[in-house]
Amino acid sequence: MAYKKLFASWAGLAAIFSSGLVHAEYAWNFPEPVTPLARDTLHVHNEFMLISIAIFLVVLAIMIYSIFTHRKSKGHQPANFTGPSTKSQVIWTLVPFALLLFIDFVVMGIPAFHSVVMMEDTKTDADMVLKVTGSQWKWQYEYPAEGIKFVSTITTPEGQIYNKEAKGEHYLLDVDNHVVLPVNKKVRILLTSTDVIHTWWIPQFGAKRDAIPGFMRETWARIEKPGIYRGQCAELCGKGHGFMPIVVEAVSEADYKVWVDQQKAKLASAAASAEKQWGKDDLMKLGAEVYGKQCVVCHQANGQGLPPTFPALAGSKLINGPMLDAGGHLIKDGHLDRVMNGKLGTAMQVFKTMLSDAEIASVVTFERNSFGNKMGDMVQPAQVKALR
Amino acid sequence: MTTATVSTHDDHHDHGHPSGIKRWLFTTNHKDIGTMYMIFALIMFLVGGMMIMGVRAELFQPGMQLMKPEFFNQLIGVHALIMIFAALMPVATGMANWLIPMMIGAPDMALPRLNNWSFWLLPPAATLLVMPFILALFGVGTGAVATGWTLYAPLSVQGGMGVDFAIFSIHLLGISSILASINVVVTILNMRAPGMTMMKMPLFVWAWLITAFLLIATIPVLAGAVTMLLTDRHFDTHFFDAAGGGDPILFQHLFWFFGHPEVYILLLPIWGFMPHILSAFARKPIYGHKAQVYSFWAIGIMSVIVWAHHFFTVGMPIPALLYFMYSTMAISLPLAVLFFCWIATIWRGSMTFETPMLFALGFVILFGIGGLTGLVLADVAADAQYHHSYFVVAHFHYTLFAGGIMGAMAGVYFWLPKFTGHMYDEKLGKTHFWLTAISFNLTFIPQFFLGLAGMPRRIPDYALQFTEFNMISSLGAFALGLSQLLFVYIIIKCARGGEKASDRVWEGAKGLEFTLPSPPPYHSFTTQPVVK
Repeated sequence: MAYKKLFASWAGLAAIFSSGLVHAEYAWNFPEPVTPLARDTLHVHNEFMLISIAIFLVVLAIMIYSIFTHRKSKGHQPANFTGPSTKSQVIWTLVPFALLLFIDFVVMGIPAFHSVVMMEDTKTDADMVLKVTGSQWKWQYEYPAEGIKFVSTITTPEGQIYNKEAKGEHYLLDVDNHVVLPVNKKVRILLTSTDVIHTWWIPQFGAKRDAIPGFMRETWARIEKPGIYRGQCAELCGKGHGFMPIVVEAVSEADYKVWVDQQKAKLASAAASAEKQWGKDDLMKLGAEVYGKQCVVCHQANGQGLPPTFPALAGSKLINGPMLDAGGHLIKDGHLDRVMNGKLGTAMQVFKTMLSDAEIASVVTFERNSFGNKMGDMVQPAQVKALR
Repeated sequence: MTTATVSTHDDHHDHGHPSGIKRWLFTTNHKDIGTMYMIFALIMFLVGGMMIMGVRAELFQPGMQLMKPEFFNQLIGVHALIMIFAALMPVATGMANWLIPMMIGAPDMALPRLNNWSFWLLPPAATLLVMPFILALFGVGTGAVATGWTLYAPLSVQGGMGVDFAIFSIHLLGISSILASINVVVTILNMRAPGMTMMKMPLFVWAWLITAFLLIATIPVLAGAVTMLLTDRHFDTHFFDAAGGGDPILFQHLFWFFGHPEVYILLLPIWGFMPHILSAFARKPIYGHKAQVYSFWAIGIMSVIVWAHHFFTVGMPIPALLYFMYSTMAISLPLAVLFFCWIATIWRGSMTFETPMLFALGFVILFGIGGLTGLVLADVAADAQYHHSYFVVAHFHYTLFAGGIMGAMAGVYFWLPKFTGHMYDEKLGKTHFWLTAISFNLTFIPQFFLGLAGMPRRIPDYALQFTEFNMISSLGAFALGLSQLLFVYIIIKCARGGEKASDRVWEGAKGLEFTLPSPPPYHSFTTQPVVK
């Protein structure tokens, strides 16, 4: 009787779930796999789950039979055996043990072996390399062969997160710069981090690997279907852990070539802009934009920061002080030095590897002339370029 | 089988031991200390539970409603630390204090003053863990440790002073555990009644002996790891910093060298309860006593050689991946022996279904789910999908809530009448079981699906496709949390009065503890019983 209740509750739960099926939003299993690795993982998972469920149901059935039959209320008299006594009983106790041994190391063990070998085969026949660098709380992507490099940050507005606006379709899963990859090419993905451990994970790729500061790790993906694939950081990395999504756009090889050319042109124009003299208004405008993407999470929109972990920029001694000495060199721990070289052991990153000359120059100019800071000076992209 | 010579004088007052607060502060009595351990565990269980209620309330729907992400991160980490170190471990130690001397026919634990000291280290440790929350209210510091209970470097190197508090708290908790373990080992090896050979020892005692060895072996490694973390934070060492020649992954190896055996430290005492309870209510002797002892040993030894399966995704050489995968799968074999013995113990018995039996049967079924999902997690390729996702969260709550907490509750209900001398309210007890079992499944079944769908763990906010499952899970969690208030009520009611419990308490109960009166005299066995 007791177990009927338990089953009734599970049936009720199943009913709640299946009513949701109408909305078809529910995922009952891994999302659709789009790489050989993800297909293999799904296959292995399905097979192992079926085996596990079968084992569970058999054992449960034996228990339920016993619970209903061997009960005092039915007048069942207790036996008093304490172990297998006859030869056939010994064999019967060894059968489940042998069966499990077989399941563990043959039925599950052999496919698992092949999966591991496949998962770790990152180098053979790799067509291209993508380098992924995790930072609190954004991803930096680099295509070493093509010379392309950009930062990808979340675009979900604060208003949506704090329930002031309606949530968009890709709430928390949208970024400004998508990673674009060609389909049917084996991409060797190298991972590292600039601060703490992050984990790069796109469920549909079946690839999940940690990005570890000071070390290079690798995984791979051969995307078989064009589309946009979304994932998230999977290792707790601080307050922005839930807010550093990953978006990969898989396109045909021709489209990929077009995208690569566009990116190269963009980088070239950014490099060219470093040479020209910038007006203060232009610097302030770009600076506000960069600040909104790179700095706002910690230092906040009003520049007040979240002390003591994230210091305020408004009225900061560092900002309201000199940044270059008479010879035009960086003053150690001055404003520009801090932005370009970061601060070790904190979330303040080395932005010179992440941002262009114009972006660094403009954001520094912006910070020196906002939040009540009135330094009045500015930094030219050319100066930043020279200081690299 | 066993005969006991019970001292007939119920000598509560003839030693002139202090009363009032001094009785508890200075006590060297195993029962008083056991009681304090269990009350402490119950209080911390509620504290840790309240924290997770806050987390589930925040996760009820997408968007940040109640708290900032920083605070969310503090709640999840401190919840885990409290539940593991301040709830599950103390309840097991409390039961050990009460039961081991009674089960082996001893008057008390071997080292009574050490016993007092190991308990009284716990309240300061718990205070240290929670204090940063309170300090932050007064504007001191940034709150409690926000790295999750695993304290992974370099995040924990970067964290605020909550990390330092956690480190010192872990040191105190570790000292407490080691002292308690030494006491358990010495008691078991030296104070058994004449005739009680090692193999005749009750299974709970056996399970604790192995638990104690595991604690003594692994806690120092954790202590070392957190000390290295402390010096990395404050004294410019670079154990976990690649820039100084260190390695962040070293921390994970050290942590999980402790952390995996810790799972069995939490579960072995519970597995020790099961044969006692199942055989009592099946009115049938324990099946496979020896087989269970050997399984305990096998699991204990294997538990220290499989640690790296907790971080397959850091990237390891193929031979390491294969070794940790196959060795982890191998643990399923001794565990299967235990399951076989538990089921064979009730097979062809004459069962009744009082609350301890319900919890024990619920434990076997739900812990089975935890074990089987653990088996699939061992597979490296599939683990790449499960790892760091809600699938893992659901898995370890099946092992640690259904396996740990519900198993502990089975033990508490089983021996509570022996401890207090009163029967608990059977009807309320059964209600508590059904509420707990149903709301537990309602909480954690959806989390399996969330994990498969790709929801990472430890995120304060989630994408819209995860909404419905999170809502169901949160509702289940609230019900689960509220149900535990009933547990507190039942225990208080039972301690205060109720139907008088007989010496044997349960019709089918066996063991030396059931030859003593209920409640047992202050010094359990003043004359040693002789076991034949």
